[in-house]
Amino acid sequence: MEKTIPVDSCQYFNEAMETMTRAEIEALQLQRLQATVEHCMQSPFYKKRFEENGLKPSDIKTLDDLRKIPFTTKQDLRDTYPFGIASTPLRNCVRLHSSSGTTGNPTVILHTQKDLDEWANQVARNLWMVGLRPDDVFQNSSGYGMFTGGLGFQYGAERLGMLTVPAAAGNSLRQIKFITDFGTTALHAVPSYVTRLYEVMKDNGVDPRKDTKLKVLAIGAEPHSEEQRKRIEDMMGVKAYNSFGMSEMCGPGVGFECKEQNGLHFWEDYYIVEIVNPETLEPVPDGEIGELVLTTLCREAMPLLRYRTRDLTRVLGRSCPCGRNHVRIDRMRGRSDDMIVLRGVNIFPIQIEKILMQFPELASNYLITLTTDEDNDNMTVEVELEELFTDDYSRLLDLEKRIRRALKDEILLTPHIKLVPKGSLPVSEGKAVRVVDKRKVYQ
Amino acid sequence: MTIKQLSIFIENKEGTLTKVLDLLSKAGIQIIASTIADTKDYGIYRVLCNQPTQAYLILKENGINVQLADVTALSIDDVPGRAAEAVKKLSASGVNILYLYSFLWKGKGVLVLRTDNNDKTNETIIINKMSFLTEVDFA
Repeated sequence: MEKTIPVDSCQYFNEAMETMTRAEIEALQLQRLQATVEHCMQSPFYKKRFEENGLKPSDIKTLDDLRKIPFTTKQDLRDTYPFGIASTPLRNCVRLHSSSGTTGNPTVILHTQKDLDEWANQVARNLWMVGLRPDDVFQNSSGYGMFTGGLGFQYGAERLGMLTVPAAAGNSLRQIKFITDFGTTALHAVPSYVTRLYEVMKDNGVDPRKDTKLKVLAIGAEPHSEEQRKRIEDMMGVKAYNSFGMSEMCGPGVGFECKEQNGLHFWEDYYIVEIVNPETLEPVPDGEIGELVLTTLCREAMPLLRYRTRDLTRVLGRSCPCGRNHVRIDRMRGRSDDMIVLRGVNIFPIQIEKILMQFPELASNYLITLTTDEDNDNMTVEVELEELFTDDYSRLLDLEKRIRRALKDEILLTPHIKLVPKGSLPVSEGKAVRVVDKRKVYQ
Repeated sequence: MTIKQLSIFIENKEGTLTKVLDLLSKAGIQIIASTIADTKDYGIYRVLCNQPTQAYLILKENGINVQLADVTALSIDDVPGRAAEAVKKLSASGVNILYLYSFLWKGKGVLVLRTDNNDKTNETIIINKMSFLTEVDFA
């Protein structure tokens, strides 16, 4: 497939695939879907599921026929742990990734060599799309090991031909030394870690605009608001592009923003994208928020059909000034399973973050704690003070009041606001923990 | 004629005050007077010390939320009625006191005030020939 690298002036990494018309995309998808379904019959799990539902691969005659196929869930992956869903003998697999099993069996994802090559091609396509070329130096400040953000970006950046630094997560001072010493031009990290890096730069007299060659940030793996992105861009003086990936699909690479920064292009030569109502599981119209459901089209080891990602988002459009007609998907609006239901109100942590980011008095870190006090469920939002801007209690109380009001307007509940000194909330160098639920569980 | 006071944002949690005091002590900063008012979740620890700017930099370097506040330190005789007199004069000039604390210093009473208007406070002090302390007095 994509074995050669285009000339630097070309704006596409794989022009033929990236610039297909909608009709071409759909024709290719049908062909690849039929092949994938046929291939899935090698999987004990899918073979049984098709039989149970009286389905045959030949029943898939149009793209709409996809809806005849039952959804695959994370529970299915757990139930078939470790290898029961694979469609290829282990002998042909060369890599295994696994998610942490915090709520049950971990999920195992297998890859053949071809899967790894295609994964690298997707990541390379994304990085090329935002202007990175073989002359660039790419630093990957993402966890390596089982977390796909490490090796996924590593192989993708190498595939593009960049000098790639596997800095991994943590050790901020060393990260900054690498950035300045190696002339890093592009950095990949989770958004909360970029903020952390900036703080450490500031404390050490490093100005990212003057003292580094950074021009592109790839941020993802952690839901973040547009306001947080803007804040990161202002801090670092570079463009920050949102990346979407999940280990079940391969890892990073599935979707990425182009320079328009108006939604993430999901690569429809690799995936079929559906957005469904998480309650009824019926498709929702473009523009409406629903759960993202993905079907892999090129995976050998472990194709997944109609996988429920639990990520909530919406379709923004199917064309783009950048020339790519691959569906544009909004930033993740939360997850259908991290939604907070408090006193009957549905709240997404991202809504709270969006409001908090509007207060320049606050730092980026926050923690939402849900408690039951005398049979009332309450929310406490702890926020870090960026600077002590006053030594007058009444002005601190006033700030609390303004935050409380702004949050009430957004989430319709009045949370308790607790100002805390900067640096006192737990900063994780992986995914930030934003919600702690200590409520009584009613049976 | 104002002097610099450290205002430190402190979480109402075990160990936070100790951390600040340790930092000051290690840097050889001498605390002359300090006060803390408690609210439910946090407090502002206000400190007069011999080297406020140096102390501020050290705390800031160590990630403490700190501010240098301009306060007025009035020197009064250690006899009944002098504090009332001083406050009355300020009040008569329309100066509002945001907070006040006092201590004894070399046989004299010291009233530390943060007001809503430093210029007006200074004016009142000059017109009424009130005596005040400067940073040099504490250095």
